[in-house]
Amino acid sequence: MKLIIAIIKPFKLDEVRDALTPLGVQGLTVSEVKGFGRQKGQTEIYRGAEYHVSFLPKVKIEVAVSSDIAEQVVEAIIKAAHTGKIGDGKIFVLDIERAVRIRTGETDGAAL
Amino acid sequence: MNILVRRAALALPPLLLTFPAWAQDAKIDAGDTAWVLTSTALVLLMTIPGLALFYAGMVRKKNILATMMQSFFICALVTVVWMIAGYSLAFGNGGPYFGDFSRLFLSGLSANWDKPFTLGAGTEAAVATTIPESAFLMFQMTFAIITPALIAGAFADRMKFSAMCVFIVLWSLLVYSPIAHWVWAPTGWIFALGAADFAGGTVVHINAGVAGLVCALVLGKRLGYGTDNMAPFNLSLAVIGAALLWVGWFGFNAGSALTAGGRAGMAMLATQIAAAAAVLSWTFAEWMTKGKPSVLGAISGAVAGLVAITPAAGFVLPGSALIIGLVSGALCFWAATALKRMLGYDDSLDAFGVHGIGGIIGALLTGILAFGPLSADAKNAEGVYIGGMALFTNQVIAVGATIAYTAVATFILLKIVDVIIGLRVTDEEEREGLDVVLHGERLG
Repeated sequence: MKLIIAIIKPFKLDEVRDALTPLGVQGLTVSEVKGFGRQKGQTEIYRGAEYHVSFLPKVKIEVAVSSDIAEQVVEAIIKAAHTGKIGDGKIFVLDIERAVRIRTGETDGAAL
Repeated sequence: MNILVRRAALALPPLLLTFPAWAQDAKIDAGDTAWVLTSTALVLLMTIPGLALFYAGMVRKKNILATMMQSFFICALVTVVWMIAGYSLAFGNGGPYFGDFSRLFLSGLSANWDKPFTLGAGTEAAVATTIPESAFLMFQMTFAIITPALIAGAFADRMKFSAMCVFIVLWSLLVYSPIAHWVWAPTGWIFALGAADFAGGTVVHINAGVAGLVCALVLGKRLGYGTDNMAPFNLSLAVIGAALLWVGWFGFNAGSALTAGGRAGMAMLATQIAAAAAVLSWTFAEWMTKGKPSVLGAISGAVAGLVAITPAAGFVLPGSALIIGLVSGALCFWAATALKRMLGYDDSLDAFGVHGIGGIIGALLTGILAFGPLSADAKNAEGVYIGGMALFTNQVIAVGATIAYTAVATFILLKIVDVIIGLRVTDEEEREGLDVVLHGERLG
């Protein structure tokens, strides 16, 4: 099993989600995060006080999938989240040691 | 009667340009009273929730509740203080510098509760009104409430709640009431001098602004000032607050006419024009110098214009109001940005930059722009306050005296409170945030 973590531009969330459903992905977790990579931040000014804000709003998606579709999921996310402009984000793929569905107690593959 | 006192008798103070004391048959006028009662509600709305929202919208998330608490609690504190002794010290006859204790706990109020109130009854300069005393003292109470609430903008983010409470009680009695007495009581020395302050440019704004500056200097800068990100957490609250202040200001200025008629109408008109003009000038000044017209700038401009027109509202024509607005918007923008940075003080929410500087600008411009006929009465056909060197000189004296007294007295009171309780929260508490540290609550 693989945990795929994708940090994407916020407005791309719906497109990514729509791209994952046909692959059999039945659930995912989304959080609103801040971060930066090579994309520069912005300057905000409040009554003359300038603040350079380097953290930009992003969305983090975490989705646990079985290893056999992991590569397709990554490809789908790349395709959906891509704009070609700086700040598109990154994807990380981690190994999952164990997974459990809380309601039923099913484990591993059956829990995804 | 020497000329000064004669003029004083008719130098019907900002609020009291109504009937001279010898109009024995003055009755309670329903229209005037209704307007003053309405204005009272409008002015209270300026503090709760107007100022509470305006200020809270500009602080960081961890201090929002604490900032709102300051306005809300000061409303309650000052109400009681005013009732007990503040009103008496401000408007009791007393002498030139202080009132008296004739209305301690508002005693004696019931005697003429349904008769028109005469301010300064029994003195040479007494002025009769057409409203009951209860309405007058309530209206004045809302001014006494908002003034200390304004100071809170200077010490935001770092003052202990307990210290603030003690300080505010002392300040209300020993700084606000005396200055209100000087300017608005018929026996007050600035009243007698003949300086023009329609609704409280000196008493409220210069007073609070300078006191705020002193607080900022005594308490010191916030931790991380100049380096940390102290961006406002929710400017939409500030916009709502500023709008409430703007509309409420109609009660503040037009209500100070104490009558429902031409004076109130002109004061409201001048107020609106000045506010609007200041929005434009602050916004354009910022647009040109910083590149973008900000929302914070627009709402700050509105407040600056409103502050500046406060001493002038019932004494100037619309054209002058436009000038006052344009000038105050631009100068207060400079004061809240460049001047503050130049001098290096941390007046968190620009109590001095907007209220202090705006009040000074307004008071001085009133000296030049006052249109005589607006303050004309039976004895002074040309008007009591006529723009020119003489009035301007009086304005300078009034402004100077207010600044001097409030600066010194505020400093002393702060030092006393510091010794007894301690003014500032600890560094850890300041980093943690006042909401949870002082009040045990969080915005989530």
